[in-house]
Amino acid sequence: MSLNEETKKEYKPLIVAFCCNWCSYAGADLAGSSRLTYPTDVKIIRVPCSCRVNPLFVLRAFQRGADGVIIAGCHPGDCHYTSGNYFARRRMTLLFSMLDYLGIERERTRVEWISAAEGVKFSTTMNEFAKTIHELGENKKLRDLRCEE
Amino acid sequence: MTELIKAKVSELLANQTADRVLGWKKGEFFYDETPAVFQAEELDDLVYDGFSAPNLSKYLIKESKKEGKVIALLKPCDTYSFNQLIMEHRINRDNVYVVGVPCRGNLDINKIREKGIKGIQSIKEQGDELIIETIYGTKTLPREEVILDRCLCCKGSQHMVADEVIESGEPAWEAKADRFEMVTKLENMTSDERFAFWRGELSKCIRCNACRNVCPACSCLQCVFDDPASKVQAKSNADDFEENMFHIIRAFHVAGRCTDCGECSRVCPQGIPLHLLNRKFIKDIDTFYGEYQAGADIEAKGPLTEFNKDDVEPSIVKERGGK
Amino acid sequence: MMMYKINVDRLPELYAKMAESRALYLPIEKNDQVEFHPWNADACVRLDKLNTAKSAKDLFFPQTENLMKFKMQGKNISIEENRDPVEPFVLFGVRACDVRSFDVLDKVFLADPVDTFYQSRRENGVVISMACHEPEETCFCHAFGIDAADPAGDISCWMVEGTLYWKPLTEKGQALTETVSALMEQAGDQDQAKVEESQKALHAVMEKLPLYDLDLTGFDGDHLLEKFNSEKWAKLSEACLGCGSCTFVCPTCQCYDIRDYDNGHGVQRYRCWDSCMYSDFTMMAHGTPRKTQLEKFRQRFMHKLVYFPSNNDGMYSCVGCGRCLTKCPISMNIVKVIKALGGENHA
Repeated sequence: MSLNEETKKEYKPLIVAFCCNWCSYAGADLAGSSRLTYPTDVKIIRVPCSCRVNPLFVLRAFQRGADGVIIAGCHPGDCHYTSGNYFARRRMTLLFSMLDYLGIERERTRVEWISAAEGVKFSTTMNEFAKTIHELGENKKLRDLRCEE
Repeated sequence: MTELIKAKVSELLANQTADRVLGWKKGEFFYDETPAVFQAEELDDLVYDGFSAPNLSKYLIKESKKEGKVIALLKPCDTYSFNQLIMEHRINRDNVYVVGVPCRGNLDINKIREKGIKGIQSIKEQGDELIIETIYGTKTLPREEVILDRCLCCKGSQHMVADEVIESGEPAWEAKADRFEMVTKLENMTSDERFAFWRGELSKCIRCNACRNVCPACSCLQCVFDDPASKVQAKSNADDFEENMFHIIRAFHVAGRCTDCGECSRVCPQGIPLHLLNRKFIKDIDTFYGEYQAGADIEAKGPLTEFNKDDVEPSIVKERGGK
Repeated sequence: MMMYKINVDRLPELYAKMAESRALYLPIEKNDQVEFHPWNADACVRLDKLNTAKSAKDLFFPQTENLMKFKMQGKNISIEENRDPVEPFVLFGVRACDVRSFDVLDKVFLADPVDTFYQSRRENGVVISMACHEPEETCFCHAFGIDAADPAGDISCWMVEGTLYWKPLTEKGQALTETVSALMEQAGDQDQAKVEESQKALHAVMEKLPLYDLDLTGFDGDHLLEKFNSEKWAKLSEACLGCGSCTFVCPTCQCYDIRDYDNGHGVQRYRCWDSCMYSDFTMMAHGTPRKTQLEKFRQRFMHKLVYFPSNNDGMYSCVGCGRCLTKCPISMNIVKVIKALGGENHA
């Protein structure tokens, strides 16, 4: 290994995953107990329901240095609170569209429905999303310079 | 028109339908009208013309909670905001007597100034023309050249709610420009071009909160941006991020409730086209969830307080790429 | 001091020369808005614009500025002063009203204890003023004894028939003039006469302005309580939205807040403009001393027209630039307040 390669800092993306307590968080658990892997770049924040995710949460994640934000909840029809994910679906559609309208890369945001039984889906989704973000590189358009080290 | 309105409200005050009037007060010049509440003996200062642009609906939140009944003069487009506030239980309808006033489209003093007109001494509306006396001489302008942008895509001359409507006999203002023209233009740009456009505009923001405070849909008792516990409270944009965040959230909080009254863009001291953010939400809502005009029908359910089981998935944003 | 002149067509050369050694700020149009921006060869300079949207105070008292940084490392906190660096600059094209606003700000920031942030910007900046050409109906600088035809500053300029006349007034102005005098010609008696003629013409226009004779009778410390207790404030403040437009476009509003931004691994302490119209202005542990919009509204005008002059030898902290007249969303402004409470309405 050359000196040059050694000093080159490897890009480590930061991905924030808001996971609903009842389905997707349990899905992550299942992924773990099934010995499936997902990238360490993904940091999970547990929320009671996908509809708990206020648009400000998504923006604040980006502010604090996230390169990608994913919201994972119960499949439509399976919400623990009957309909929370339906509302989340409308809100996030509009929010993502607005971010795109402002010129923020549309690949940086994602919503995925992952049930408690879908450990495999959790793992593949996170691997895929991490790969996308890795390819996109650093989030330069929606960051707060005061938060950088 | 002013005389017609004065006669009508005097009559209503005399027969005790209401005890005061919310309207526009004559200014120092000929364009700087201020919203005001008038008692019967103060009606001399009441005025209604092309510069009566402020949407009075929001004042009714406070005014309708006071004792007695207030007459509210509302232009057709103000009635949408009024209805929306009724839907949100912010106005006590029983304490308001709505008098609908006809509208010929509001005038934009900034557009008049852009025409090189300075030192204005008086402005007269004469048919389709404006006769402007200035200290540098008299100028004449066609009215339609200096119409406020929002009025170029008017929602129509119908009042959505009114206890009484005053007819002027003059032809109603009809302008049906495509209100999504600029939104579509932006959508067709590349992501980087859009980013550059919005950076240019939003970097002008001085965080004066005029857009928020004038907005009839922004009626929270304490805004998240004023609340120290929210962690996003700020009095200035200390970083580009805060400019983006403030405007995304401001527009999002009124998504589905914004009637497109255009007050935000009218009052922005920095000339930021804020309505383009609101209209993006309106356009998306129309496309994804069916056409919806906030404030048109108080029985309708708001698009963000409702859902369909077969709504589009958020991935649509990626699939259609920019649109 | 000697007066110089230069043809308008050669102004870009003059700008380029000044910009060689320091930043040069001019009224420049960007995104349909004219503000003081740093000049470059592609900039759209708008010396003809009467007033910039925001005032010139930003150059000396920016909307946000860093004060210091706290870094957390384990159990240690280190404090680092990280004020934004200030380098010499030229501010060109300031109107007489805005030049006066610097005197108002000096009274606040240069009084003991001196605000060193403001001070270093003042020391580093050279102000080149520009006489007005076509004043607006919203102008009322005359009420405050400002002569729009004879602006103060380090250097005064007049634009007459395609020629810019340039007259240094201070040592700082003279020093800058020496670096660019090679580009200019010395002005003679005839030129002096031309400038005086243009001043006369401007005075004639000014006299026709509707607010020329705005009467400030009754606005002084002696009438403080009478003004404070006036019943008219209720009506005047009735429609106020409580936004900060008037305070943020105002050249003399000088209130600020000092805030800490927690970025997760440290704290950035910064100062930013504050507005007396805001609900959290001067918020203390027990709450705010001015709870209603009436009190907030009254504070702004009492400060400008009564408290400030009574503490500063009669100097009002309004310069009559008229920005708040054009920017207020509901067109309530200081002129309406003055007319309602002063002049012939003064008891």
